This record gives sequence, C-alpha cells and structure tokens, in this order.
Amino acid sequence: MAVEHPLTQPGEQTRIHNIGYRTYDGPRLGRAYARRSLYSQSLRGAYGLGRSVKSKILPMLLFVVMCVPALIMVAVAVATKAKDLPVDYTRYAVIMQAVIGLYVASQGPQAVSRDLRFKTVPLYFSRPIETSDYVRAKYAALASALFVLTAAPLIVLYVGALLAKLDFADQSKGFGQGLASVALLSLLFAGIALVISAVTPRRGFGIAAVIAALTISYGAVSTVQAIAFERSSSGAVPWLGLFSPITLIDGVQTAFLGASSAFPGQVGPSSAQGLVYLAVVLALIAGCYGLLMRRYRKAGL
Amino acid sequence: MIATESLSKRYPRVTALDRLSVDVGPGVTGLVGANGAGKSTLIKILLGLSPATEGRAHVLGLDVATEGAAIRERVGYMPEHDCLPPDVSATEFVVHMARMSGLPPAAARERTADTLRHVGLYEERYRPIGGYSTGMKQRVKLAQALVHDPQLVFLDEPTNGLDPVGRDDMLGLIRRIHTDFGISVLVTSHLLGELERTCDHVVVVDGGKLLRSSSTTDFTKTTTTLAIEVTDSDEHPDGTKAVREVLHARGIETHDGGGLPGAGHILLLTAESEDTYDLVRDTVADLGLGLVRMEQRRHHIAEVFTDTDEQRKEAVGHGG
Repeated sequence: MAVEHPLTQPGEQTRIHNIGYRTYDGPRLGRAYARRSLYSQSLRGAYGLGRSVKSKILPMLLFVVMCVPALIMVAVAVATKAKDLPVDYTRYAVIMQAVIGLYVASQGPQAVSRDLRFKTVPLYFSRPIETSDYVRAKYAALASALFVLTAAPLIVLYVGALLAKLDFADQSKGFGQGLASVALLSLLFAGIALVISAVTPRRGFGIAAVIAALTISYGAVSTVQAIAFERSSSGAVPWLGLFSPITLIDGVQTAFLGASSAFPGQVGPSSAQGLVYLAVVLALIAGCYGLLMRRYRKAGL
Repeated sequence: MIATESLSKRYPRVTALDRLSVDVGPGVTGLVGANGAGKSTLIKILLGLSPATEGRAHVLGLDVATEGAAIRERVGYMPEHDCLPPDVSATEFVVHMARMSGLPPAAARERTADTLRHVGLYEERYRPIGGYSTGMKQRVKLAQALVHDPQLVFLDEPTNGLDPVGRDDMLGLIRRIHTDFGISVLVTSHLLGELERTCDHVVVVDGGKLLRSSSTTDFTKTTTTLAIEVTDSDEHPDGTKAVREVLHARGIETHDGGGLPGAGHILLLTAESEDTYDLVRDTVADLGLGLVRMEQRRHHIAEVFTDTDEQRKEAVGHGG
C-alpha cells in the first residue's frame, strides 16, 4: 500500500507514505491484566473519571457532602481544644448512611446496567476474560469506590484528631476499627447494589430499587425496633437488626469493633449475637457474589 | 484455521447444530444460512463460550472445549447486534476493548488510532458514538474486533442495516482484512449474492446441517450456464423446440429460460466443457436457424443453494 509520488526533481521531498497495516507483535498480557484494567476503568467510572462532565457531578458532590461534616467536626475539636472527637469513627458511616445509600444507588447501576443495556457484555466475553473475572472486577471496583467514599472522612477525622493533639493510641485504635467497619460496609452495600442493578438493564429502575431496598429495610427495622423497645421487650431489638444492611453493620461493629450501638436504648447485640451478625454479613456478601456469577453465566453472548 | 468434527448442539427443544463437519482454511470464508440455521451457535462454540453437545472443534489448532481463553486472545468477534455505549467516543471505547484483549496501555492507544483509520473513521472518532450513523457504528464494531491484531475474525452479519453503498464499502473492507491485513475472516450472512463477491470459500448450512462447502470459484465457474436464443424458420416454425430436440438426442439437458417477459425463447443448458459451445453452434447451423444469442450466465450462489436436491430445475422452470 505504499503510495509514492514520483519525484519531479531529485531531492524534492514530496513523498506521501501510507504505511499500511501494521501487525502487532508486542506482548499480550492476558486475563489478569484485562481484569485489572476493567477494575481500574470501573473504579474511575464510579467517580465519573473518563466519562462526561455530567456524570462527574453527582459522585463528586456526594464525596464532598460526605467529607464536609468531618471537616467541621475537626475544626470544632481543634478550636475548642476538646478532649475527644464529637463522633466516634465507627459512628460516622451510620450517621451518613443516606449519602452512602444515594452514592451506591447511583453508581451501582452505572457499573453494570450500561453493559447490559447496550449489550456490551458479549464483547467482554469474546475476549480472554471469563465470567468470574468480570464479576470480580466490577464487585471490587464498586466496593473500592465505596471504601474511598467512607474512609476519606475518617482520614479527615484522624488527621484532625492528631492535629488537636488527642491521645495517639486511642485515636489510632478507633481509626482502625472505623476502617474495618467501613470496609465491611463497602463490601456488603456494593454486593446488594450490584445484584439489584444487574437484574435490570434500565438504569432508572436500578437506582430506585437500590434506594428502596436500603431505605425501606432500614425504616422498617428501626420502626419495629422502636416499638419493641417501647413495649419493653428489648431482648428482641438486636435480633430485629439482622434485617437491614446498615443495622447489620452497626451490630457487627458494636459487638467486635468497640462501637456504641445506634439501636434504640443502645441495646446492641451481645458477643454471641455478634457472631450471628458477622455470619449473616459474610453470607450476604458471598450470596451476592454467587448471584452475580449466576446472572452473568446466562448473559454470555 | 477452523475444523469441526460432527459438531452438534442440542437445546432441550431445538437442535441448533446437527453433526456438522467442516474445514475452513485461510482466507475469507462465508457462512451462509437462513435465520436460525445455526450460524451464531457455531460462532459461540468456536469462541469456546458454549460447550458442544457432541463432536469436537479446533480453531487455529486449539481445542474449543479446553483452550477457549487462548482462542479468544487470537480471534476477534463482531456481533450482529448493537453493542456500543452511546456516551463514550469511538477512541475511548476501542482503547478499552484493546486493553480487555491484553494489550498494554500504550500499544492499545496506538493500535486503536491505526485500526480506526483503517476502517475509515477519522475526525469523528473523538465524538460520542451516540451521534454516529449506522455505517459508522458498524465500522467501530469492526475496529474493536480487529484492534488486537487477531489471526482470525468472526463477523456476524456485518452488512445488516446498511444501505447499498454502505454495504459495498463494508464488503470491500472485509476483503481488505484478508488481502491487506493478512487476517482470515469468517463472515456470516443470509444474503448469498453478497458473499459471492467477497469470499474465497462458502459454507452453506441449513437447519444445523452442512449443505455444501466449496470455494467460490467452484460455485460459480466450473459449471457455466449457457443461454441461447434462436430464430424460427419456415422449415422449423418453432426453432427453439427443434434445437431442444436435437440437443436432447445428443444427451444435453435444457431448461426453459424462465417465465420472465421476453425470455420465452431462451434455452438454458449447462456447459460442461468447451465442446458444448461447438455442439450448440453446429446444431443451430445444421438446422438452418439463426443464432440470436449465446451467452454465459454466471451462476448465482442462490441457484447452487437450491441445486442440492433437484430443486433447481423447478426453480428455473418456474422463473426462479
């Protein structure tokens, strides 16, 4: 395909080169690399990076909303020379659960519904990656995005606490417990959001369904818990907490991560009940992964 | 390139492939069949995505049942349906797909620019795909199948939804994939005429069974159809009939030229060799008739398609 214009005068550089098709002999990095690429692309996508300006607005806004209260608390703590931060590390995510719910509801469908709706999934599976690679990359990406969202304000609090010269050992322990708690929360919420979003190729339905699943379950559980507490059957309160994602996390961190429970009357689960909470959370995470695998095995070509 | 051995795929209610054995060499191969003939099922099995019920298949010498990932690294696939997200540009999308095929980031970008240029997308490649015409979208789909420089590409109905000009462009592009890029092609279509112009080899499947597999030149050249038309004379008021009788006596079968207007006097016959031409000339001369025309009718693959079981006579007889 080399097109060469004849030279009219020797030395006159008027050649046009069409180098034609070039073959590729470089490395092919295979499955693990493709999975990592999908992970980083999805993680960036969860904050609108590499996407249109419009799709950056909501995740970035929610990220800011998530961090501003932490900044204010730190500012207050530093200014008033307080002995402790106004809010525990483990409590922060529970207080901000509405923001977390909104974020996961908007980004979960974004991560999987687009591929289903525009039928891009077959293009992935006609490449070296397998169903499990796709599911793992998407799951890990959304969980990481949630972890970034929930851990960032904790880092703000921790740095602020150290600036305010609060007790280092005490703060580090609380910070560590907070990180462990939000890590578990990220995995659980990401799993639930992905399973719900992967059912429908319509993004709007996905968003509504995720919000409904998170808020209705929390609303129902906290209402019934309040009634049970008022009727002085507070023994039932911890068991009721098993039925919504955020109360599950609250129960686990109360039992194992030194948190004070947000349940009515602070009736958190005992250590034995805490084990049940942990088992349920882990079973839910595993179940979500299993459901996603099943969903995509069918969605092949 | 591709070899299958009594490959079968049965679903609970339908048999999509029925003991299909076929060998496909390098070059452009057309896979022809009506909708539901099993073309897409075959591609799925060849990509190692769907296990065959029985039989074996190899692609590039790799077993589809056990080495699917290795096959998918070396082949490209262009699906029949839409598969492009509208909110990203062609460049971003193809770069992402190149990385999914295992190309390092820098190579992915370079190959994307090259490939998009080769399929004929220039400045518009930076705009979101949502604003593209059908023809441009087909080019992006083709680009994502070629971006990792595969040894073989599967193109599922690449001309679907294109206007005649777009169709010709796409067919030209498919031809170039082999001649210029050195990549072998398996292209499916339910339009036989299309593949006649593009392919070196055509495989015809129907109802999951192999109907015929041969090179395009076999299809269209070895048996040439001759069309002849003669004048009438006083001695032979129906010259056509007279010629037909003489030719029959010499062992050559003829068919009527079909029910098309003005075709009533045309005789069709199969020229096995050069001798047939001489025989026709001599016959007409001996009868004292005038030869109005004697022309080669190039076989359409469509005729070959119905040729399998004596249907062609009927088809020609009824103006098919």
